[in-house]
Amino acid sequence: MELTQENKKVLVEPLVENNPITLQVLGICSALAVTSQLSTALIMSLALTTVTAFSSAGIAFIRNHVPSSIRIIAQMVIIASLVIVVDQLLKAFAYDVSKQLSVFVGLIITNCIVMGRAEAYAMKNPPWESFLDGIGNGLGYSLILIGVAVIRELLGSGKLLGMEILPLVKDGGWYVPNGLLLLPPSAFFLIGLIIWAIRTWKPKQVEKSDFEIQPAHGAVHGEAH
Amino acid sequence: MEAYINLFIKSVFIENMALSFFLGMCTFIAVSKKIETAVGLGIAVVIVQTLTVPANNLIYTYLLKENALTWAGVQDVDLSFIALMACIGVIAAIVQILEMVLDRFFPALYNALGIFLPLITVNCAILAGSLFMIERDYNFSESVVYGVGSGFGWALAITAMAGVREKLKYSDVPPGLRGLGITFITAGLMALGFMAFSGIQL
Repeated sequence: MELTQENKKVLVEPLVENNPITLQVLGICSALAVTSQLSTALIMSLALTTVTAFSSAGIAFIRNHVPSSIRIIAQMVIIASLVIVVDQLLKAFAYDVSKQLSVFVGLIITNCIVMGRAEAYAMKNPPWESFLDGIGNGLGYSLILIGVAVIRELLGSGKLLGMEILPLVKDGGWYVPNGLLLLPPSAFFLIGLIIWAIRTWKPKQVEKSDFEIQPAHGAVHGEAH
Repeated sequence: MEAYINLFIKSVFIENMALSFFLGMCTFIAVSKKIETAVGLGIAVVIVQTLTVPANNLIYTYLLKENALTWAGVQDVDLSFIALMACIGVIAAIVQILEMVLDRFFPALYNALGIFLPLITVNCAILAGSLFMIERDYNFSESVVYGVGSGFGWALAITAMAGVREKLKYSDVPPGLRGLGITFITAGLMALGFMAFSGIQL
Protein backbone atom coordinates (compact mmCIF):
# COMPACT_ATOMS: atom_id res chain seq x y z
CA MET A 1 0.00 0.00 0.00
CA GLU A 2 1.25 3.50 -0.85
CA LEU A 3 2.21 5.76 2.04
CA THR A 4 0.29 9.02 1.75
CA GLN A 5 1.38 12.26 3.38
CA GLU A 6 -1.14 11.71 6.17
CA ASN A 7 0.11 8.17 6.82
CA LYS A 8 3.68 9.35 6.98
CA LYS A 9 2.71 11.91 9.60
CA VAL A 10 0.99 9.24 11.68
CA LEU A 11 4.13 7.12 11.49
CA VAL A 12 6.73 9.80 12.21
CA GLU A 13 4.98 12.06 14.69
CA PRO A 14 5.29 9.76 17.74
CA LEU A 15 9.08 9.61 17.35
CA VAL A 16 9.85 13.01 18.86
CA GLU A 17 6.89 15.39 18.44
CA ASN A 18 4.44 13.22 20.36
CA ASN A 19 6.65 10.58 21.95
CA PRO A 20 4.69 8.09 24.06
CA ILE A 21 7.20 8.10 26.92
CA THR A 22 8.39 11.68 27.14
CA LEU A 23 5.16 13.47 26.29
CA GLN A 24 2.16 11.16 26.63
CA VAL A 25 3.57 9.59 29.84
CA LEU A 26 2.69 6.08 28.68
CA GLY A 27 4.57 2.80 29.08
CA ILE A 28 7.12 3.98 31.60
CA CYS A 29 7.31 0.86 33.78
CA SER A 30 9.00 -1.37 31.28
CA ALA A 31 11.14 1.48 29.97
CA LEU A 32 12.80 1.62 33.36
CA ALA A 33 13.08 -2.03 34.15
CA VAL A 34 14.51 -3.64 31.01
CA THR A 35 17.11 -1.06 29.98
CA SER A 36 20.20 -2.25 31.85
CA GLN A 37 21.24 -4.27 28.78
CA LEU A 38 20.83 -3.45 25.14
CA SER A 39 19.76 -6.97 24.13
CA THR A 40 16.76 -7.07 26.47
CA ALA A 41 15.78 -3.55 25.44
CA LEU A 42 15.86 -4.55 21.76
CA ILE A 43 13.72 -7.64 22.29
CA MET A 44 11.29 -5.68 24.44
CA SER A 45 11.01 -2.91 21.81
CA LEU A 46 10.37 -5.47 19.10
CA ALA A 47 7.73 -7.26 21.20
CA LEU A 48 5.95 -4.06 22.13
CA THR A 49 5.96 -2.61 18.62
CA THR A 50 4.51 -5.83 17.21
CA VAL A 51 1.81 -6.06 19.85
CA THR A 52 0.84 -2.38 19.56
CA ALA A 53 0.66 -2.49 15.77
CA PHE A 54 -1.40 -5.65 15.51
CA SER A 55 -3.67 -4.91 18.44
CA SER A 56 -4.41 -1.43 17.06
CA ALA A 57 -5.21 -2.95 13.67
CA GLY A 58 -7.36 -5.69 15.24
CA ILE A 59 -9.25 -3.26 17.43
CA ALA A 60 -9.79 -0.92 14.49
CA PHE A 61 -11.31 -3.82 12.53
CA ILE A 62 -13.98 -4.49 15.15
CA ARG A 63 -14.41 -0.91 16.38
CA ASN A 64 -17.84 -0.47 14.79
CA HIS A 65 -19.23 -3.73 16.16
CA VAL A 66 -18.32 -3.40 19.84
CA PRO A 67 -20.73 -1.66 22.24
CA SER A 68 -18.80 0.95 24.18
CA SER A 69 -19.76 -0.55 27.56
CA ILE A 70 -17.71 -3.70 26.95
CA ARG A 71 -14.99 -2.21 24.76
CA ILE A 72 -12.30 -2.43 27.45
CA ILE A 73 -12.82 -6.18 27.83
CA ALA A 74 -12.85 -6.66 24.05
CA GLN A 75 -9.60 -4.71 23.76
CA MET A 76 -8.10 -6.69 26.63
CA VAL A 77 -8.90 -9.99 24.94
CA ILE A 78 -7.23 -8.96 21.69
CA ILE A 79 -4.18 -7.55 23.46
CA ALA A 80 -3.86 -10.51 25.83
CA SER A 81 -4.03 -13.05 22.98
CA LEU A 82 -1.28 -11.22 21.09
CA VAL A 83 0.88 -10.98 24.20
CA ILE A 84 0.49 -14.70 24.88
CA VAL A 85 1.61 -15.44 21.31
CA VAL A 86 4.67 -13.19 21.72
CA ASP A 87 5.44 -14.70 25.12
CA GLN A 88 5.29 -18.26 23.78
CA LEU A 89 7.40 -17.34 20.75
CA LEU A 90 10.05 -15.80 22.97
CA LYS A 91 10.07 -18.86 25.21
CA ALA A 92 10.52 -21.07 22.16
CA PHE A 93 13.19 -19.12 20.27
CA ALA A 94 14.93 -16.85 22.80
CA TYR A 95 14.60 -18.62 26.11
CA ASP A 96 17.44 -16.81 27.91
CA VAL A 97 16.10 -13.38 27.04
CA SER A 98 12.59 -14.37 28.01
CA LYS A 99 13.90 -15.48 31.43
CA GLN A 100 15.62 -12.11 31.86
CA LEU A 101 12.52 -10.18 30.88
CA SER A 102 10.55 -12.34 33.38
CA VAL A 103 7.18 -10.77 34.02
CA PHE A 104 7.73 -7.79 31.76
CA VAL A 105 6.59 -9.56 28.61
CA GLY A 106 3.33 -10.38 30.34
CA LEU A 107 3.08 -6.82 31.50
CA ILE A 108 2.81 -5.62 27.89
CA ILE A 109 -0.89 -6.35 28.44
CA THR A 110 -1.14 -3.52 30.91
CA ASN A 111 1.43 -1.38 29.12
CA CYS A 112 -0.38 1.89 28.79
CA ILE A 113 0.95 2.47 25.26
CA VAL A 114 -1.06 -0.45 23.91
CA MET A 115 -4.26 0.46 25.75
CA GLY A 116 -3.73 4.17 25.30
CA ARG A 117 -3.34 3.95 21.51
CA ALA A 118 -6.27 1.54 21.29
CA GLU A 119 -8.49 4.01 23.14
CA ALA A 120 -7.16 7.21 21.65
CA TYR A 121 -6.57 6.21 18.03
CA ALA A 122 -7.70 2.75 16.97
CA MET A 123 -11.29 3.22 18.17
CA LYS A 124 -11.72 6.13 15.75
CA ASN A 125 -9.64 5.25 12.71
CA PRO A 126 -9.50 2.55 10.02
CA PRO A 127 -7.21 -0.49 10.43
CA TRP A 128 -4.32 0.55 8.14
CA GLU A 129 -3.88 3.95 9.80
CA SER A 130 -4.19 2.34 13.23
CA PHE A 131 -1.55 -0.20 12.27
CA LEU A 132 0.82 2.61 11.27
CA ASP A 133 0.00 4.53 14.42
CA GLY A 134 0.85 1.42 16.44
CA ILE A 135 4.17 1.03 14.64
CA GLY A 136 4.96 4.72 15.04
CA ASN A 137 4.28 4.70 18.76
CA GLY A 138 6.16 1.43 19.16
CA LEU A 139 9.14 3.03 17.42
CA GLY A 140 8.92 6.14 19.60
CA TYR A 141 9.01 3.87 22.64
CA SER A 142 11.89 1.85 21.14
CA LEU A 143 13.88 5.01 20.46
CA ILE A 144 13.86 6.06 24.11
CA LEU A 145 14.37 2.49 25.32
CA ILE A 146 17.36 1.86 23.07
CA GLY A 147 18.87 5.26 23.84
CA VAL A 148 18.69 4.63 27.57
CA ALA A 149 19.94 1.05 27.21
CA VAL A 150 22.95 2.07 25.11
CA ILE A 151 24.04 4.65 27.69
CA ARG A 152 23.45 2.29 30.60
CA GLU A 153 25.21 -0.72 29.15
CA LEU A 154 28.10 1.16 27.54
CA LEU A 155 28.98 3.34 30.52
CA GLY A 156 27.80 0.89 33.17
CA SER A 157 29.65 -2.22 32.06
CA GLY A 158 31.74 -1.08 29.09
CA LYS A 159 29.94 -3.39 26.68
CA LEU A 160 27.36 -3.25 23.93
CA LEU A 161 25.30 -6.37 23.21
CA GLY A 162 27.82 -8.28 25.33
CA MET A 163 30.81 -7.18 23.23
CA GLU A 164 33.55 -5.21 24.95
CA ILE A 165 33.80 -1.61 23.73
CA LEU A 166 35.52 0.13 26.60
CA PRO A 167 38.16 -2.17 28.18
CA LEU A 168 37.57 -2.31 31.93
CA VAL A 169 40.26 -1.60 34.50
CA LYS A 170 39.80 -4.97 36.13
CA ASP A 171 40.62 -6.68 32.82
CA GLY A 172 43.72 -4.53 32.32
CA GLY A 173 42.03 -1.72 30.34
CA TRP A 174 41.56 1.93 31.22
CA TYR A 175 37.81 2.36 31.79
CA VAL A 176 36.39 2.50 35.32
CA PRO A 177 32.74 1.47 34.98
CA ASN A 178 30.06 3.65 36.51
CA GLY A 179 28.20 1.21 38.73
CA LEU A 180 25.33 3.65 39.31
CA LEU A 181 24.21 3.21 35.73
CA LEU A 182 23.59 -0.49 36.27
CA LEU A 183 21.24 0.28 39.13
CA PRO A 184 17.60 0.83 38.21
CA PRO A 185 17.29 4.44 39.53
CA SER A 186 19.72 5.64 36.86
CA ALA A 187 17.03 4.99 34.25
CA PHE A 188 14.90 7.66 35.94
CA PHE A 189 17.72 10.19 35.71
CA LEU A 190 18.46 9.34 32.09
CA ILE A 191 14.82 9.62 31.01
CA GLY A 192 14.52 12.85 32.98
CA LEU A 193 17.54 14.24 31.12
CA ILE A 194 16.22 13.01 27.76
CA ILE A 195 12.95 14.83 28.47
CA TRP A 196 14.94 17.95 29.29
CA ALA A 197 16.88 17.67 26.03
CA ILE A 198 13.77 17.11 23.90
CA ARG A 199 11.92 19.98 25.52
CA THR A 200 14.83 22.33 25.05
CA TRP A 201 14.84 21.36 21.39
CA LYS A 202 11.02 21.63 21.08
CA PRO A 203 10.00 24.39 23.53
CA LYS A 204 6.35 23.82 22.61
CA GLN A 205 6.30 20.79 24.93
CA VAL A 206 7.35 22.73 28.04
CA GLU A 207 4.72 22.52 30.77
CA LYS A 208 3.30 25.63 32.39
CA SER A 209 4.47 26.30 35.91
CA ASP A 210 1.75 26.46 38.61
CA PHE A 211 3.33 29.51 40.13
CA GLU A 212 5.25 32.31 38.49
CA ILE A 213 8.47 32.99 40.31
CA GLN A 214 8.56 36.69 41.12
CA PRO A 215 11.97 38.33 41.01
CA ALA A 216 13.14 39.44 44.44
CA HIS A 217 13.19 43.19 45.01
CA GLY A 218 16.92 43.43 45.49
CA ALA A 219 17.64 41.50 42.34
CA VAL A 220 15.73 43.73 39.93
CA HIS A 221 17.21 46.90 41.32
CA GLY A 222 19.17 48.74 38.66
CA GLU A 223 17.86 46.66 35.74
CA ALA A 224 15.99 48.32 32.91
CA HIS A 225 12.22 47.74 33.18
CA MET B 1 4.49 -16.48 61.81
CA GLU B 2 7.97 -15.00 61.58
CA ALA B 3 8.22 -16.01 57.93
CA TYR B 4 5.06 -14.04 57.15
CA ILE B 5 6.27 -10.90 58.91
CA ASN B 6 9.51 -11.18 56.95
CA LEU B 7 7.62 -11.56 53.69
CA PHE B 8 5.50 -8.53 54.55
CA ILE B 9 8.50 -6.31 55.34
CA LYS B 10 10.25 -7.58 52.24
CA SER B 11 7.32 -6.81 49.96
CA VAL B 12 6.77 -3.34 51.46
CA PHE B 13 10.34 -2.04 51.57
CA ILE B 14 12.96 -4.24 49.95
CA GLU B 15 10.91 -5.24 46.94
CA ASN B 16 8.79 -2.13 46.76
CA MET B 17 6.60 -2.39 43.66
CA ALA B 18 6.98 1.23 42.63
CA LEU B 19 10.53 2.11 43.60
CA SER B 20 12.43 -1.17 43.20
CA PHE B 21 10.55 -2.78 40.34
CA PHE B 22 9.13 0.39 38.73
CA LEU B 23 5.66 -1.03 38.32
CA GLY B 24 2.55 1.07 38.06
CA MET B 25 4.79 3.95 37.01
CA CYS B 26 2.32 5.55 34.60
CA THR B 27 -0.25 6.10 37.34
CA PHE B 28 2.54 6.77 39.82
CA ILE B 29 3.72 9.73 37.76
CA ALA B 30 0.32 10.86 36.51
CA VAL B 31 -1.72 10.79 39.74
CA SER B 32 0.85 12.02 42.26
CA LYS B 33 0.19 15.75 41.97
CA LYS B 34 -1.91 16.00 45.16
CA ILE B 35 -1.62 14.11 48.43
CA GLU B 36 -5.38 13.45 48.79
CA THR B 37 -5.76 11.81 45.40
CA ALA B 38 -2.56 9.85 45.92
CA VAL B 39 -3.85 8.50 49.24
CA GLY B 40 -7.20 7.58 47.63
CA LEU B 41 -5.50 5.71 44.83
CA GLY B 42 -3.14 4.07 47.33
CA ILE B 43 -6.05 2.71 49.38
CA ALA B 44 -7.75 1.42 46.24
CA VAL B 45 -4.56 -0.38 45.20
CA VAL B 46 -4.18 -2.01 48.63
CA ILE B 47 -7.77 -3.30 48.52
CA VAL B 48 -7.58 -4.61 44.98
CA GLN B 49 -4.15 -6.17 45.46
CA THR B 50 -5.28 -7.92 48.67
CA LEU B 51 -8.20 -9.47 46.80
CA THR B 52 -6.65 -10.31 43.44
CA VAL B 53 -3.36 -11.96 44.42
CA PRO B 54 -4.98 -14.65 46.63
CA ALA B 55 -7.81 -15.14 44.11
CA ASN B 56 -5.32 -15.66 41.29
CA ASN B 57 -3.33 -17.95 43.54
CA LEU B 58 -6.36 -20.22 44.05
CA ILE B 59 -7.18 -20.22 40.35
CA TYR B 60 -3.62 -20.95 39.37
CA THR B 61 -3.10 -23.73 41.92
CA TYR B 62 -6.37 -25.54 41.33
CA LEU B 63 -7.03 -24.95 37.62
CA LEU B 64 -4.02 -23.86 35.59
CA LYS B 65 -0.82 -25.32 37.02
CA GLU B 66 0.70 -28.45 35.57
CA ASN B 67 -1.35 -31.44 36.79
CA ALA B 68 -3.55 -29.05 38.78
CA LEU B 69 -6.71 -30.63 37.45
CA THR B 70 -5.94 -34.00 39.03
CA TRP B 71 -8.67 -33.37 41.63
CA ALA B 72 -11.20 -33.28 38.81
CA GLY B 73 -9.94 -36.57 37.43
CA VAL B 74 -8.09 -35.00 34.47
CA GLN B 75 -4.45 -36.05 34.21
CA ASP B 76 -1.45 -34.39 32.54
CA VAL B 77 -3.02 -31.09 31.63
CA ASP B 78 -0.88 -27.95 31.71
CA LEU B 79 -2.87 -24.78 31.23
CA SER B 80 -0.24 -22.44 32.62
CA PHE B 81 0.15 -20.66 29.27
CA ILE B 82 -3.23 -18.99 29.69
CA ALA B 83 -2.30 -17.75 33.17
CA LEU B 84 -1.83 -14.25 31.75
CA MET B 85 -5.32 -14.16 30.30
CA ALA B 86 -6.81 -15.64 33.48
CA CYS B 87 -5.01 -13.13 35.72
CA ILE B 88 -6.07 -10.06 33.79
CA GLY B 89 -9.62 -11.43 33.55
CA VAL B 90 -9.80 -12.01 37.29
CA ILE B 91 -8.44 -8.53 37.96
CA ALA B 92 -10.93 -6.87 35.62
CA ALA B 93 -13.80 -8.86 37.13
CA ILE B 94 -12.80 -8.16 40.75
CA VAL B 95 -12.41 -4.46 40.08
CA GLN B 96 -15.86 -4.41 38.48
CA ILE B 97 -17.44 -6.33 41.39
CA LEU B 98 -15.66 -4.20 43.96
CA GLU B 99 -16.99 -1.10 42.24
CA MET B 100 -20.58 -2.38 42.44
CA VAL B 101 -20.24 -3.53 46.07
CA LEU B 102 -18.73 -0.23 47.16
CA ASP B 103 -21.41 1.69 45.29
CA ARG B 104 -24.13 -0.30 47.05
CA PHE B 105 -22.80 -0.56 50.61
CA PHE B 106 -20.10 2.11 51.08
CA PRO B 107 -21.14 5.07 48.94
CA ALA B 108 -18.80 7.44 50.80
CA LEU B 109 -15.74 5.34 49.98
CA TYR B 110 -17.02 4.82 46.46
CA ASN B 111 -17.25 8.55 45.87
CA ALA B 112 -13.85 9.12 47.40
CA LEU B 113 -12.18 6.58 45.10
CA GLY B 114 -14.14 7.72 42.06
CA ILE B 115 -12.28 7.34 38.80
CA PHE B 116 -9.35 5.47 40.38
CA LEU B 117 -11.08 2.11 40.69
CA PRO B 118 -11.51 1.44 36.96
CA LEU B 119 -8.02 2.83 36.34
CA ILE B 120 -6.59 0.11 38.52
CA THR B 121 -7.38 -2.59 35.97
CA VAL B 122 -4.61 -1.27 33.79
CA ASN B 123 -2.19 -0.56 36.63
CA CYS B 124 0.71 -2.91 36.00
CA ALA B 125 1.54 -3.18 39.70
CA ILE B 126 -1.65 -5.20 40.18
CA LEU B 127 -0.99 -7.63 37.35
CA ALA B 128 2.67 -7.87 38.32
CA GLY B 129 1.67 -8.84 41.86
CA SER B 130 -0.13 -11.88 40.49
CA LEU B 131 2.63 -12.73 38.03
CA PHE B 132 5.35 -12.50 40.69
CA MET B 133 3.21 -14.70 42.92
CA ILE B 134 3.11 -17.33 40.16
CA GLU B 135 6.80 -17.00 39.36
CA ARG B 136 7.84 -17.39 43.00
CA ASP B 137 5.43 -20.23 43.76
CA TYR B 138 3.80 -18.66 46.81
CA ASN B 139 1.24 -20.78 48.66
CA PHE B 140 -2.16 -19.38 49.59
CA SER B 141 -1.30 -17.75 52.93
CA GLU B 142 1.94 -16.34 51.54
CA SER B 143 0.00 -14.85 48.65
CA VAL B 144 -2.36 -13.06 51.07
CA VAL B 145 0.60 -11.52 52.91
CA TYR B 146 2.35 -10.67 49.65
CA GLY B 147 -0.81 -9.04 48.26
CA VAL B 148 -1.28 -6.82 51.31
CA GLY B 149 2.42 -5.98 51.52
CA SER B 150 3.01 -5.11 47.90
CA GLY B 151 -0.15 -2.99 47.76
CA PHE B 152 0.84 -1.18 50.92
CA GLY B 153 4.34 -0.54 49.64
CA TRP B 154 2.98 0.99 46.44
CA ALA B 155 0.56 3.19 48.42
CA LEU B 156 3.42 4.35 50.64
CA ALA B 157 5.56 5.25 47.65
CA ILE B 158 2.90 7.25 45.80
CA THR B 159 1.96 9.16 48.98
CA ALA B 160 5.59 10.10 49.59
CA MET B 161 5.96 11.12 45.95
CA ALA B 162 2.86 13.33 46.14
CA GLY B 163 4.27 14.98 49.27
CA VAL B 164 7.49 15.83 47.47
CA ARG B 165 5.67 17.12 44.40
CA GLU B 166 3.39 19.40 46.43
CA LYS B 167 6.49 21.15 47.75
CA LEU B 168 8.23 21.07 44.38
CA LYS B 169 5.65 23.20 42.63
CA TYR B 170 6.90 26.29 44.47
CA SER B 171 10.45 25.82 43.28
CA ASP B 172 12.21 27.37 40.33
CA VAL B 173 12.80 24.52 37.88
CA PRO B 174 14.47 25.10 34.49
CA PRO B 175 11.73 25.33 31.82
CA GLY B 176 12.54 22.13 29.93
CA LEU B 177 12.66 20.10 33.10
CA ARG B 178 9.40 21.46 34.51
CA GLY B 179 6.64 18.95 35.27
CA LEU B 180 7.48 15.53 33.91
CA GLY B 181 11.26 15.86 33.81
CA ILE B 182 11.77 16.90 37.40
CA THR B 183 9.25 14.27 38.50
CA PHE B 184 11.40 11.58 36.93
CA ILE B 185 14.51 12.86 38.64
CA THR B 186 12.70 13.04 42.00
CA ALA B 187 11.49 9.48 41.54
CA GLY B 188 15.04 8.44 40.77
CA LEU B 189 16.31 10.00 43.99
CA MET B 190 13.53 8.28 45.94
CA ALA B 191 14.42 4.97 44.33
CA LEU B 192 18.03 5.48 45.38
CA GLY B 193 16.76 6.01 48.92
CA PHE B 194 14.78 2.78 48.79
CA MET B 195 17.89 0.97 47.58
CA ALA B 196 19.28 1.42 51.08
CA PHE B 197 16.98 -1.46 52.03
CA SER B 198 18.33 -3.74 49.34
CA GLY B 199 21.16 -5.34 51.31
CA ILE B 200 18.90 -6.38 54.16
CA GLN B 201 18.48 -10.13 54.50
CA LEU B 202 15.45 -11.29 56.40
